[in-house]
Amino acid sequence: MLNFLLSRLARAFLTIMLVMTFAFVVLRLSGDPAMVMLGPDAPKDAVDAFRARWGLNDPIWQQYLAYLTQILTFDFGVSMRDQSPAIDLVLERIPATLALTIPALILKVGIGIPAGVYAALHRESIADRGVIMMSIFGFTIPSFVLGLVLVLIFAVTLDWLPSGGQDTWRHAILPIATMSVGGIGILARFSRSAMIEVLGQPYIRTAMAKGLPWRDVVWKHALRNAAVPIVTLVGFMVGALIAGAVVVESIFSWPGVGRLIVVSVSNRDLAVVQCLLLVIASSMVIANLFVDLAYGLLDPRLRHKSAAH
Amino acid sequence: MTFVSIRDLRVAFDGVQVLHGVDLDIRQGEAVGLVGESGCGKSVTWLAALGLLPGKAKVSGSVRLDGQELVGAPRPAIEKVRGKRIAMIFQDPSSSLNPVQRVGKQIMESLRLHRGLKGRDARAEAIRLLDMVGIPSAATRVDLYPHEFSGGQCQRIMIAMALAGEPDLLIADEPTTALDATIQAQILDLLGTIRRETGMAMVFISHDLGAVSVVCDRAVVMYAGRIVEANNIRSLFSAPRHPYTAGLFAAIPDIDADRGRLVPIHGTVPDPKNLPTGCAFSPRCPRATAFCQTDRPHLRPQSGGGDVACFQPVAAPKAFPALRQEALA
Repeated sequence: MLNFLLSRLARAFLTIMLVMTFAFVVLRLSGDPAMVMLGPDAPKDAVDAFRARWGLNDPIWQQYLAYLTQILTFDFGVSMRDQSPAIDLVLERIPATLALTIPALILKVGIGIPAGVYAALHRESIADRGVIMMSIFGFTIPSFVLGLVLVLIFAVTLDWLPSGGQDTWRHAILPIATMSVGGIGILARFSRSAMIEVLGQPYIRTAMAKGLPWRDVVWKHALRNAAVPIVTLVGFMVGALIAGAVVVESIFSWPGVGRLIVVSVSNRDLAVVQCLLLVIASSMVIANLFVDLAYGLLDPRLRHKSAAH
Repeated sequence: MTFVSIRDLRVAFDGVQVLHGVDLDIRQGEAVGLVGESGCGKSVTWLAALGLLPGKAKVSGSVRLDGQELVGAPRPAIEKVRGKRIAMIFQDPSSSLNPVQRVGKQIMESLRLHRGLKGRDARAEAIRLLDMVGIPSAATRVDLYPHEFSGGQCQRIMIAMALAGEPDLLIADEPTTALDATIQAQILDLLGTIRRETGMAMVFISHDLGAVSVVCDRAVVMYAGRIVEANNIRSLFSAPRHPYTAGLFAAIPDIDADRGRLVPIHGTVPDPKNLPTGCAFSPRCPRATAFCQTDRPHLRPQSGGGDVACFQPVAAPKAFPALRQEALA
């Protein structure tokens, strides 16, 4: 178990370093921060001073080394734009994003999984077909379309809810609804197929042949076996709690992490973007780590296998 | 005394008839072999009787257990029969056990359900059952998971689980097909021992005539969803009457005979969607006449004992290879 944890931690660390290296390369290929920050008409000495200030004139390997050192010492630099520490800029946005993504996740799990399981248990019934149709609708409609349609209906036409901003809990309703619809659809479909697969397994027939009431067959034998694939998907959703709201936050002008990403990328605010990426990559990697641990708890067959990785 | 009585049992999947009216009686304590090729309906018969077929299967006819009708019975009534009166074990033991539950827990579940045993009592009984079916160091292995046992041991655990309800009848659905030959012999031996000790009846579903001869008193041969011949083991083995049964024996290698080609049954099992008219075996039958292709024979008692559904049965007892005589003796 300890070996397993250590090897997974080492892998997690490596993944994060790879992501950060990739970010370093891409950000430096995609435009000159001095030009973006100062504008194309900036005087040459201002541009030179900016470059010198941020070390942009150093050889690229020196910049990279400095960058890695920064990351490893948890020094995330300061924003090129307003000189405040990048990490503070990022951290202060996280609560706003979580205020949307956590309720959305609860809705996805709380509606999607029961709907999928119910559909699987009542296969080919009207309810099943309804769930399939709704889930296809849910995950095919892009969130920017759904968001705008919801705004049109509930903010513009009916005037029940605000169309953007972050002042009261009522402002959160439309963004949360927009965000959860897709996830509910995907989870419902996924849970349905996982459950159907499990219900066809020989051990379900054994449980029935034993004389167990159907309810116990489902609760005690089917659900836990169907949980492994579902947990994988929920794990991804947990990992995306911080990063998963870029589009929706932009539509509803919600001042969260997603908006910060958009703004700092377009400004080439390197330190902030790098810090964001680090936080997002870490949250993904940590979520995956927990998923791996959950596998072992759910399925004893995976305990030894995952330890062998 | 008849314990289970099946009359005119029919099963259709999506409108395709796979079981065409099966009549079968199982008496208290007897062991009956149900023989036939894959897809002939031998497993379906019992899955239908216990209501274990998927919802799309249409079941009609009658299955009575001590007078209680099971076909169309409400779910709670059938659930009381399953495991308690009639237990069933399956072909693929490793996947027939829940992979995420400890084997002891799976046995204890049956003990709680059928005998009201809980906690320490249930655990002690589960260990006793595991011990009885020959799992070494049962007391420590009761908490292991199915994947930590071999296929043969999983089948032993399945048997222990079936015995937990102290059933009157055990349906063993090809219990040894997925196992190595040596393990097969051990499981057959175990089933024989248990039957002697508990006196429960057994239906042994198999395509292996040898295995059937070891375990059973009587054998029923099925072909394309119908019973074609039924007789006690000794008569059936010494003088098979239906050409299909005779063909099955001819296809078994004889260890004492000179080396030669085996005699196969030509052709393939008919598609249930597209059964031949008349006797379903007639296209493959060496004895078929024109009449066999238009009319269907019914299962009729024969003067020499046993039942046969054939217009042109194999006549006089012929000298057949002394198959498993040692087992019959």
